[in-house]
Amino acid sequence: MIPFFSDAFLTAFVVAALASAIPVMLAAIGETVGEQSGVLNLGIEGLLLIGGYFGFVATIVTGSFWLGFLIGALASIILSSILMALSVLLGLNQIVVGIGITLAGTGVSSVLYDFSYGSSKPRLGLDAPWTIPFLSDIPVIGPSLFAQPGMFYVSMLLALVTSIWLYRTTSGLRLRSAGQKPSSLDAAGGNVAVTRSLAVLFGGAMSGLGGAYLALISAGTFTPGMTHGMGFLAIVIAMLARGRLLWVLLISLIYGLFVAMGTVLQLTSLNIPNDVVTIMPFIAVMIVLTFFARRSALPAALAIPYVRGAR
Amino acid sequence: MSTSNESLTESSGTKHPQLPGEPGPETLLIETTRKPEKSRLSLALQVLIRTITPVALAIVVAGIIIWTMGIDPLKFYGDVIALGLGGTGWQKTLTMMAPLLIISLGLIISFRAQLWNLGYNGTYLLAAAVVAGTAPDVMQSLPFGVGILVLFVLAFAIGAGLGYLPGLLKAKYGTNEIITSLMISFIAISAANILVKGPFQDHAVTVPQTRVLDLDLMLPYIPGTRIHIGFIIAVVVVVLFHYILTKSSFGLKIDILGASPKAATHAGIDAKKMIIIVFLLSSGMIALAGAIDMLGLWGYMRTNWNPMYGDKILPFVFLARLNPIGSIPLVGFYAVLATGGTIAAQQVGLSVDFLLIIVALILFFMTIIEFMGNRKDLGKSYLPAGLFTRAKK
Repeated sequence: MIPFFSDAFLTAFVVAALASAIPVMLAAIGETVGEQSGVLNLGIEGLLLIGGYFGFVATIVTGSFWLGFLIGALASIILSSILMALSVLLGLNQIVVGIGITLAGTGVSSVLYDFSYGSSKPRLGLDAPWTIPFLSDIPVIGPSLFAQPGMFYVSMLLALVTSIWLYRTTSGLRLRSAGQKPSSLDAAGGNVAVTRSLAVLFGGAMSGLGGAYLALISAGTFTPGMTHGMGFLAIVIAMLARGRLLWVLLISLIYGLFVAMGTVLQLTSLNIPNDVVTIMPFIAVMIVLTFFARRSALPAALAIPYVRGAR
Repeated sequence: MSTSNESLTESSGTKHPQLPGEPGPETLLIETTRKPEKSRLSLALQVLIRTITPVALAIVVAGIIIWTMGIDPLKFYGDVIALGLGGTGWQKTLTMMAPLLIISLGLIISFRAQLWNLGYNGTYLLAAAVVAGTAPDVMQSLPFGVGILVLFVLAFAIGAGLGYLPGLLKAKYGTNEIITSLMISFIAISAANILVKGPFQDHAVTVPQTRVLDLDLMLPYIPGTRIHIGFIIAVVVVVLFHYILTKSSFGLKIDILGASPKAATHAGIDAKKMIIIVFLLSSGMIALAGAIDMLGLWGYMRTNWNPMYGDKILPFVFLARLNPIGSIPLVGFYAVLATGGTIAAQQVGLSVDFLLIIVALILFFMTIIEFMGNRKDLGKSYLPAGLFTRAKK
């Protein structure tokens, strides 16, 4: 029997919860920015996988985790530029293109992994944690929150910066107006196409980072289809949070706790199948959607292409 | 006058029968100013070009991709055709078409109403799991025909049940059906796995899977072939629904709902009821495909098996312009690609997920050709009016 509620156990629990929460949070931040600008990006799942794969390859080749994150983000930016070109600039159906991105990302990452690493199946080592002096000495919270890999702190910073950008700056206001009433942004001298394009690329970068975090930190390796619907969960989190990034953070943490609790339950003698764990977040989301958030306040112009001069 | 009249009857005749009575002169005038006159032949040609170009471009680009990976694309595609059509390949292809046709019909029903039912993967899998799990008992205790019917009804009911919640939420509260149906899909996928690992597991084998259905108790083959009669059932259902969707008042109601729920309400259609009905029917169909596939082809189900049929058939549904009969040749094309492509990919050591890349490329090229086609007015659009035209209102 594992000693529950010992310091070591609780630390491992919090670390596991954060390892599941951060990739979803990063992707949901990217989706939030996209949705606020009026673009529904259904390609998050594919962007996570592409970011994860190329981040994994870069880290294997160079040995640097930071380069892995950079390459992962770049790869997802390149894939999301398809969504930018087709859905934002040409105004084509965002749902169809988004599903295409998901399929392309899943297919490309799986084919390339099989081609290059299918037989060797390498694993990565651990990223050296940044230990924050003094704070990391606190029991439980210290080793779990203040002795994390560097990307953990960068992710938290990104959430904060994005929140300030969206709600405290002029460019954030312009971005949100592109999602509420693009014609008013146009009339005020803003460029809807550029605003939305940048939002889509930002979403791609965040999903790429999320995927790379999943592969490099949470799992320590890449496996084809390793996201198991996490990208779609990120889309839902973005919708439930209604654009507020504190909510994105909180819901992602709740998701992480769910996953960590599932792992704990598997360690006990209860013998709960893995699928019961994976089904939980989706059921929770459905319950919330059914009873509490039936009219989720989405941006008015979400998924509607903007055609200049059209009424 | 005669040419304009022709173009009018053609544009409306493709969808619904002309209402009795000659159209007034104003209607004709509007029609002639709106649409440039074209002969029937050139229209058909343009529609054909618009359908084939995205597929051809996707095949070429995918060929370049595998060429960079050191695989000869010409030989690969040659193998795909040889394995998908030659020998007994054509029989495997037709067998594979059975579930694909029904799933594409399910998608067509919901897309015609402009409802994005994206719960297809889970709906198919849960119905397949329940049918595979219960079939050995049901088929042994009931006469063959009754047993099959019971399982078909069971599958349809499961699908309708899964489609009910997204439909209800959309109808009652306007909750985004893309999200709810996707969540239902993931729930159903996990539920299918739980069932196969739990109550339906065959403990005689080590791999978690359901009991294997006796070959005598599965759908019979068409005499002289190895194609089960599920293929014929699928074609009949698709043709039947083609006429229901394009010629009946029910089909017209779905189209009006798709064009504008407000207009539907004004026309006296209970839009909320129709949304729920469309979801029940669409998900029910997709679930039926699961039953046909299990009873006709597989006979058992393993855990973590997910063929993702719905995702792969998606571009072809749009290329068929949401026309059920039009989807038959396109689904046939994909079935050849999938049957031949799976074996050909395994032979050269390529991941089977290569098919996903081709499908994604078709989706991208399809939207691009759609865009260029709208610019140059090349035939009819893939999607019913709605998301494409909303901004132009």
